[in-house]
Amino acid sequence: MAEEILQVQHLSKSFGSNQVLKDVDFQVHTGDVTCIIGASGSGKSTLLRCINLLEAPTGGEILFHGESILHGKLDASAYRAKVGMVFQSFNLFNNMTVLDNCMVGQVKVLKRSREEARQTAMSFLEKVGMAPYINAKPRQISGGQKQRVAIARALAMGPEVLLFDEPTSALDPEMVGEVLSVMRDLASSGLTMLVVTHEMGFARDVAKEVVFMDNGVIAEHGDPETIFTRPSQPRTQEFLSRYLER
Amino acid sequence: MQNMNFWERVLFLLQQYGPSFLRGVWVTMVIAIVGTLIGCIIGFAVGVVQTIPTDRKKRPLHWALMGIARFLLNAYVEIFRGTPMMVQAMFIYYGLAMGGINLGMWEAAFLIVSINTGAYMAETVRGGILSIDPGQTEGAKAIGMNHVQTMTSVILPQALRNIMPQIGNNLIINIKDTCVLNVIGTVELYFAANSVAGARYTYFEAFTIAMILYFVLTFTCSRLLRWWESRMDGPDSYELYDLSTTDTLAHTTGLYSYPRRPKAGNQNLDIRDGGR
Ligand SMILES: Nc1ncnc2c1ncn2[C@@H]1O[C@H](COP(=O)(O)OP(=O)(O)O)[C@@H](O)[C@H]1O
Ligand SMILES: [Mg+2]
Repeated sequence: MAEEILQVQHLSKSFGSNQVLKDVDFQVHTGDVTCIIGASGSGKSTLLRCINLLEAPTGGEILFHGESILHGKLDASAYRAKVGMVFQSFNLFNNMTVLDNCMVGQVKVLKRSREEARQTAMSFLEKVGMAPYINAKPRQISGGQKQRVAIARALAMGPEVLLFDEPTSALDPEMVGEVLSVMRDLASSGLTMLVVTHEMGFARDVAKEVVFMDNGVIAEHGDPETIFTRPSQPRTQEFLSRYLER
Repeated sequence: MQNMNFWERVLFLLQQYGPSFLRGVWVTMVIAIVGTLIGCIIGFAVGVVQTIPTDRKKRPLHWALMGIARFLLNAYVEIFRGTPMMVQAMFIYYGLAMGGINLGMWEAAFLIVSINTGAYMAETVRGGILSIDPGQTEGAKAIGMNHVQTMTSVILPQALRNIMPQIGNNLIINIKDTCVLNVIGTVELYFAANSVAGARYTYFEAFTIAMILYFVLTFTCSRLLRWWESRMDGPDSYELYDLSTTDTLAHTTGLYSYPRRPKAGNQNLDIRDGGR
């Protein structure tokens, strides 16, 4: 079995008195695609944000290669460069061109030379089909194109794991396909991915493991075949039947 | 002079005292531009300090020091926004003189206009920083950028662009409001006009000239700043980098042109007019 690159143990998170994550436990193995599904408000984004240290968990532990990212002497910037994140709302830097978006982190954080950064950025922009647009500003390209640039920006940092938080939820339907096709390519190239998604077809085809979250807990997890065809929990069945009806 | 009509008297004053008016224009513009620039630097420094995130539990000492710094900066902002610049000029000029520091005309003018503008800009910059979508900060954090890198590369350039109309507004106010510095003897445009008026007892004529000059100065500056703003936005369209590799995923190609961002017109961020 592949190494466990991320281990989430008894993780909890509260906003004031609102407990959003309750004793969450799961692992991500190197090279696997793990999909997290669940109703809106069930805590999926909060879980990803805790893993990326955008939120501070209120309890539990997160291990990266077996080492604590919460309690050790970890350099948050170096860790974040290794654990990339793709957001629902893209979060491209509005003051920079497509190319600069993909270069700035390499130059400032990884201290690469501008030339090296440019070459790396170009190779990933080519991979996501955005090389022709390097001179455009984010306001000048479509949502699907923005998300592909955001993926290239994350990849340019050379991450060991890439987190996706509903990467296609803010897109018009005709643009969902272009982003999913990039993500499928990444999956088959062996990148470790943790994907929050409502695209059940994608989860079913690509995921090695599917995690179903409900109300701050992992209600059920397993291989996609099991989760999608014979889930054991009634709430999983109920959630999926709402999706399959559509 | 008795048998000249109004416009002849204006022309006469221009011929006789043209160099005085020009010197007044020069002094007014130098004080307004330098004061606005230094004021912006002060404003950015104060605005940035006021938006540094603190964590009471994790870094208590940092939190306490920042609390003190914020209190002092808030006091600065409130005091200088809450008192008239003319009174500040008297207070600072004669206060320093009491302490044995005699400022020259330029130093005094730069000092007063800068700290006054800084107090207004601090609030504008703080608002400009807070108005940037938090997603921009998260995007920067997610690729490992620290707070300083995030501010200098991502947040401040966008905040600067957004508050450009306010910076222009401050410059225009400063062009007009340097006239209060005549109370400490700064020979700017108002002082020059007043001297000419008194020498020949031609108040209406001299201040007609002053009105026109002030208006030409402010109007020219506001047009120049607007042109500069649209330059900062960059071109409306962009060239595709290499037409042989088109976007095969979205099946689109060509030269793209998108509407320019809406002009930031009447933003009610910080109206200084009439405030002092
Ligand atoms: N910053 C926050 N402050 C307070 N409550 C929050 C915050 N972020 C998320 N929540 C709450 O946490 C719950 C889970 O949110 P989220 O993780 O975004 O769910 P999901 O991504 O599954 O839709 C929601 O009830 C939401 O209101
Ligand atoms: Mg969410």
